[in-house]
Amino acid sequence: MRELRIHGRGGQGAVVASKLLAVALFHEDNWVQSFPAFGVERRGAPVTAFLRVDRAPIRLRCEIMAPDDIIVLDPTLVEATDVAAGLKPGGMILINTARGPETYPELQARYQVVTVDASSVAARHGLGSRTQPIVNTAILGAFAVASGLVGLESVCQAIREEVPTKPEANEAAAREAALLMAAAEEVAHV
Amino acid sequence: MKKVIVGNHAVSWGVQLARTEVISAYPITPQTQVVEQLSEMCASGELNARFIKVESEHSAMAACMGASAAGARAFTATSSQGLALMHELLHWAAGARHPIVMADINRSLGPGWNIWTEQTDSLAQRDTGWVQLYCETNQEVLDTTIMSFRLAEQVNLPVMLVLDAFYLSHTAEPVDIPDRELVDAFLPKRQARLKLDTAEPHSFNALVPPASYMEMRHALQEAMREARTAFDEVEEEWEQRFGRRYGAVEAYHTDDADLVLVTSGTVTSTARHVIDQRRAAGERVGLVKIKMFRPFPTETLRAALAGIARVAVLDRNLSPGRGGIFAEELRAALYDVPAEDRPQVYGYVLGLGGRDIRPDTIDTVIERTRAAAAPDREDLWVGLLGDDGAPATTGRAQTSADSLPGVEA
Repeated sequence: MRELRIHGRGGQGAVVASKLLAVALFHEDNWVQSFPAFGVERRGAPVTAFLRVDRAPIRLRCEIMAPDDIIVLDPTLVEATDVAAGLKPGGMILINTARGPETYPELQARYQVVTVDASSVAARHGLGSRTQPIVNTAILGAFAVASGLVGLESVCQAIREEVPTKPEANEAAAREAALLMAAAEEVAHV
Repeated sequence: MKKVIVGNHAVSWGVQLARTEVISAYPITPQTQVVEQLSEMCASGELNARFIKVESEHSAMAACMGASAAGARAFTATSSQGLALMHELLHWAAGARHPIVMADINRSLGPGWNIWTEQTDSLAQRDTGWVQLYCETNQEVLDTTIMSFRLAEQVNLPVMLVLDAFYLSHTAEPVDIPDRELVDAFLPKRQARLKLDTAEPHSFNALVPPASYMEMRHALQEAMREARTAFDEVEEEWEQRFGRRYGAVEAYHTDDADLVLVTSGTVTSTARHVIDQRRAAGERVGLVKIKMFRPFPTETLRAALAGIARVAVLDRNLSPGRGGIFAEELRAALYDVPAEDRPQVYGYVLGLGGRDIRPDTIDTVIERTRAAAAPDREDLWVGLLGDDGAPATTGRAQTSADSLPGVEA
């Protein structure tokens, strides 16, 4: 079983990102369990969402304390909260930022830090506003490439099925962010 | 068709597939998504039902009773304080033998104001005459919703299906949504024996004097008895058509067990995980899941638990001054078991107000049960702040609400 946690701010789509990823993984014959942090959500306030994925039915019905992967939709959360809390040593943390992974040396010392400028991608595709882009679909495209956990095509299928507004723009954003991530990985491996 | 949906929407799908004719509800967290999606289904024409907006849960149940008296298939959903507000009419719905189906999303009662899961809201309605069915997965929620209508209409009793707040209501997982034609064959249109009908007038709910009231109550009790066997028949047919069944009571790895957990709701899933791990290490532990709370499946539980040395009941609920409610009911059910086969019952209270129940919480229950030859009191609390994990411990003395984060003394 693999366990994920997604950090965002209310309105950025963290809960929807968890659901989309669940649907994408379900299309690849996995059992999935997607849930928000149980509580009250407010626009702009920190929001977390969770995902379990396994080849067998999932028995655990409790909070995720030690995730394998973390996705951060808003880079200001890295300073404001302990986004890596409980992350397994060597686990991946994917951050939406225009800056490189070397910006986070303390996280890099313990985890695999990956970054993508999902905000710019989302803005280019007219998702949300330029100051408050909705980045969840873009970052899932990047996550598919960075994690290898789920196929980009499954992510795009989930977006087409589940996103009620601008599904085409959201799919295009996921594909562009996936390309950016693949290019960044190529550079990193040279 | 398999879809990844939250538990609240599993209810909505079940209500839609059941071709429910009247829905009346008042929103309350964490139930709101149920009727939100149903109102959308009514608006889009996917569901040909009358959606009656009302000003309170009390009125919602009144509207369902009126609809049911007119022969319609009626549904509502609520949680916590909303269910408490309905209390008066819950007695009425059952006494008047209206086969209404209601979903209760288990939520604690305030104060302290809390929107998280706990079973006390539904269990506090145990004497109202409603059948109560608790669910463990979103698939079970959808299946139980449809089966509830069939059971209710067969025995003329209202049915409350119960699911945990958030752990099911807001958790998305794969659910197989059955084909409409197959559900139609399982659940035909309701045929009310008596209904409000100008062509064939009857008087309903007149004054009932001592000369006949007691017979009405006896008939209600007999209907509950009938519901116990009718539930098994309904599940049998559901299994034939859809390949799934749950059981009023399910025994999991109990055959050679010397210690058995008794669970209900989503705690069951996490407990299965713990049982599997301990079985793999050679430990003789098992689990009994109670799905049906009313009518209480006394005989089935006696058969499942007789001869097992120690039984640990996990109660995410509290009857203040008594303890966990499932433990209390189970002790009464096991009293007639011969002494040599009668289990020692350990009643654990845990997870109140949505406090997380994790595998290590259940490990604590098992270890404390193994460590004490007998419980030293009826209510054994697990997971209190400041709990030191000592065997057979309890404890108000060990903690203080003043130490809760964010609470000023």
